Amino acid sequence: MTQEANMTAKTSTPAARQGLGNNHDSVAEYVTAMIGGQLFGLPISRVQDVFMPERLTRVPLSPSEIAGVLNLRGRIVTVIDMRARLGLPRSEDGKPPMAVGVDLRGESYGLLIDQIGEVLTLPDDSREENPVNLDPRMAKLAGGVHRLDGQLMVVLDVDRVLEIVPTQLAA
Amino acid sequence: MDDLLREFLTETSESLDTVDNQLVRFEQEPNNAKILDNIFRLVHTIKGTCGFLGLPRLEALAHAGETLMGKFRDGMPVTGEAVSLILASIDRIKEILAGLEATQAEPEGADQDLIVKLHEMVEQGMAVMSGSAEPILSAPAASASSAGSTQGALVVQTLERALRPGEVSLDELERAFQETAIEVAPPPAAAAPPAPPKKETKGETKAAKKPDGDMAEGDKVANQSIRVNVDTLEHLMTMVSELVLTRNQLLEISRRNEDTEFKVPLQRLSNVTAELQEGVMKTRMQPIGNAWQKLPRIVRDLSGELRKQIELEMHGADTELDRQVLDLIKDPLTHMVRNSADHGLETPAERAAAGKPEQGTIRLSAYHEGGHIIICIADNGRGLNTERIKAKALQNGLVTEAELEKMTEAQIHKFIFAPGFSTAATVTSVSGRGVGMDVVRTNIDQIGGTIDIKSVAGEGSSVTVKIPLTLAIVSALIVEAGGDRFAIPQLSVVELVRARANSEHRIERIKDTAVLRLRNKLLPLMHLKKLLKIDNGSSSDPENGFIVVTQVGSQTFGIVVDGVFHTEEIVVKPMSTKLRHIDMFSGNTILGDGAVIMIIDPNGIAKALGTSVASSHEISEENAASRASAAEQLTSLLVFRAGASQPKAVPLGLVTRLEEIATDKIEFSNGRHMVQYREQLMPLVQMAGVNVQTSGVQPILVFADDGRSMGLVVDEIIDIVEEKLHIEVAGQEAGILGSAVIKGHATEVIDVGHFLPMAFADWFARKEMRPSMTAQSVLLVDDSAFFRNMLAPVLKAAGYQVRVAPNAQEGLAALRSGQSFDVVLTDIEMPDMNGFEFAETIRADQHLSSMPIIALSSMVSPAAIERGRLAGFHDYVAKFDRPGLIAALKEQTAELSKAA
Repeated sequence: MTQEANMTAKTSTPAARQGLGNNHDSVAEYVTAMIGGQLFGLPISRVQDVFMPERLTRVPLSPSEIAGVLNLRGRIVTVIDMRARLGLPRSEDGKPPMAVGVDLRGESYGLLIDQIGEVLTLPDDSREENPVNLDPRMAKLAGGVHRLDGQLMVVLDVDRVLEIVPTQLAA
Repeated sequence: MDDLLREFLTETSESLDTVDNQLVRFEQEPNNAKILDNIFRLVHTIKGTCGFLGLPRLEALAHAGETLMGKFRDGMPVTGEAVSLILASIDRIKEILAGLEATQAEPEGADQDLIVKLHEMVEQGMAVMSGSAEPILSAPAASASSAGSTQGALVVQTLERALRPGEVSLDELERAFQETAIEVAPPPAAAAPPAPPKKETKGETKAAKKPDGDMAEGDKVANQSIRVNVDTLEHLMTMVSELVLTRNQLLEISRRNEDTEFKVPLQRLSNVTAELQEGVMKTRMQPIGNAWQKLPRIVRDLSGELRKQIELEMHGADTELDRQVLDLIKDPLTHMVRNSADHGLETPAERAAAGKPEQGTIRLSAYHEGGHIIICIADNGRGLNTERIKAKALQNGLVTEAELEKMTEAQIHKFIFAPGFSTAATVTSVSGRGVGMDVVRTNIDQIGGTIDIKSVAGEGSSVTVKIPLTLAIVSALIVEAGGDRFAIPQLSVVELVRARANSEHRIERIKDTAVLRLRNKLLPLMHLKKLLKIDNGSSSDPENGFIVVTQVGSQTFGIVVDGVFHTEEIVVKPMSTKLRHIDMFSGNTILGDGAVIMIIDPNGIAKALGTSVASSHEISEENAASRASAAEQLTSLLVFRAGASQPKAVPLGLVTRLEEIATDKIEFSNGRHMVQYREQLMPLVQMAGVNVQTSGVQPILVFADDGRSMGLVVDEIIDIVEEKLHIEVAGQEAGILGSAVIKGHATEVIDVGHFLPMAFADWFARKEMRPSMTAQSVLLVDDSAFFRNMLAPVLKAAGYQVRVAPNAQEGLAALRSGQSFDVVLTDIEMPDMNGFEFAETIRADQHLSSMPIIALSSMVSPAAIERGRLAGFHDYVAKFDRPGLIAALKEQTAELSKAA
């Protein structure tokens, strides 16, 4: 009974993507998400779906960034707590988090976020380097910054997000 | 890749493995024409197919090999040298095939060296043959084939009947094969053969015309099965796993909604799913023989290389197990067989000096046991060198001298599984590089298996590997700890114990270590939630809880959980790569209600238990065992009082039950006391000086056999003691075997055999009368008169004819006297010739070698059983285990009575 937010970004609609691609030479589409008050963008090509994580099973002895595992339509998804991953404090507002589904080497992951936003199409030219004074934990996972109206969007590098080194502390 | 070529590669590599084995067998039985025919046909087929496909290198080599084998068929003596040469050729063929598979073309190179040798061998053989006075049976064939060094050997094959019209003789067929081969051979391999399809049809039609031809036979076999890509099967398996999960979900829903119309169809679906699951599993099953196929060849090569005579016995090659598992154990098995050959077995000279037959044996056996496959690799070599292992363990810093002092042999032997451990003084090309057993162990651990080694110095050693049947779907116990559910694989669960304060089973503490006293053993306990660090601390009750008694290898421990739910067939899904490092879990699964839970890895828990606890536990266990054997034969004795004030005793194993019967239930009829017992009249027998009580309850010992029971009236049941039974003074009185000191008191040991006929005069007689047609005869060998006196009546009562012998020599004399026995029952600890030697002697006697032998001992330890198995015992029974003894006798004689 997984409620799926039907704002699922369809990654495989070539027509739509091509249409955009014709106008600009290099644009990128991002699924935006709020995590700890900060706007993040995930490259839409990496996003499989967006879902409400339900019946999350915590995994004892696992690294703190791993929130647990859950069953999404018969697949076991490893859920990453993005707040912990980014070194942000835990959510206090009690609102249920959402999850962005991504795949890496045949395995499914869900990234816990506070709230899902809209899909933005942004030109690659406007992406800027990480500011030097960005929090190092965030800087490690960020692949640049886009300046939007009134706020900044940090581009998340999904591969780096999933580079979780098994902490031996746990074992 | 060309379909034809791919087919050829698969088929040929299978054929070659068979040839390897057949050749080794052939070398041992050079006169077995059937084996030779098989080999010849296989090589011939390879050669023929190579011709079709335009593979000149392969063909030339196969051809030269075939020529030599043709000579064997003609009567050329089979020498080890010649077989080695053919094996070498087959290796070369395999090399070429590997190249072919990789590049789709024959690799460059020449095989002239081998071909020349093969031809030389043929000529040598010819010289020997013509030199010998033996008439050559098929002279024309020999000359034709010697002339055919370029043409190929033509062996005249006669058909038992005349050719029908349209049929082609086998010779012609063969000639046609060879001609085609030569036609195709000249073009270079790189140029794809344009002709093959046509040639093949030609071959096929010919084969079809020839019903007795080799090809036709091959076709028949092929039609029975199809080749399926492994990926297809894997996919099918995945789908079935999904189906099982969905089924479980549906079942869970219907469990919650009591009366739904879905119930019945769901039940049906459940059954069909189960059957489908089983069917698909079966397709993945392969006989373990597939993993053994290469071993005869390896052993043969090793025996040449090491100059040892080695016989390889293989039992249970048709035992099936999952393909995935099979792949993983192939290498460990090969390694262990190599080890046995290299380290285990001695050289013929050493063996002769130790009084063993020069030929050493490596025995490989496999069988199913409760969801597991047990594979045993045993050799009758010198056993592990404990001293050298000790030295090496010290040298490698694995253990301190003080620790070693306290260790048992079995524990020391386990060091061979430590990484980088090799005791071989010299590194041979075979083994001894120290990358051995730890790798084996790792591989076996990976598939959830366990490995154990037993060794008796001078007698041999055996490695037992226990692996699960399949890895995909397992039965698991669902438990709760710290509010989360976990699955524990049912295979490692021994039992469940509910611990409560103030009950027999309660959790006790030795300092901070929790233990459970279970059947007089202390079981180390681990709290699952503490292990997993999910202890919320609140709900923990230190003395209560459910204990899952778990066994990993020889280690037994209890996992304390908060709750136990049910067992469920779960589909094992691998852990995410991010979580795989947690060795407490072996995977995860989706339950029927859709939740994901972790599967506990008992190996991980055992590891966490720490070696210190584990080994101390093991030590205490081993010590108990050694104490038992040091105190030579502890016997459970029932001590009671009857008549005299002096206590009496009877081996507990003989007593069926102890009862206390209300005196008003005791009736007096027909001059004797009776009691209605389990819907039967049970006569009561009084010992001298015992009166049946008139009020209260009457304690009686019940002896039951074959539906009849008799009660022995006693005054008082005193105790059950474990004591060594040593009858010091023989009895004078009827019904008393003698006196022994039990718990410091002189105690009379009663002879049950005396009292049984008092209840039913025909107690023994009826049995002897009734089965007279089929009575099985037993030879009972025991040096103790007490046991002879005690067991003979028991056996007679069970309907066997018994002959007793006081020692092994007399036993042998009885066996050889011409009297026929169905089974031999022998004590182990006997002077002069002990039971093991007795069994070995019987095994070695060609007239008696198939005689079932049952060992009878009070010393039932795994090591003794292992030794007994090596000596050739069919079964091993504890002396006082009467039902066990009768069951073992029945089992060993079952075949005979079926025949009778």
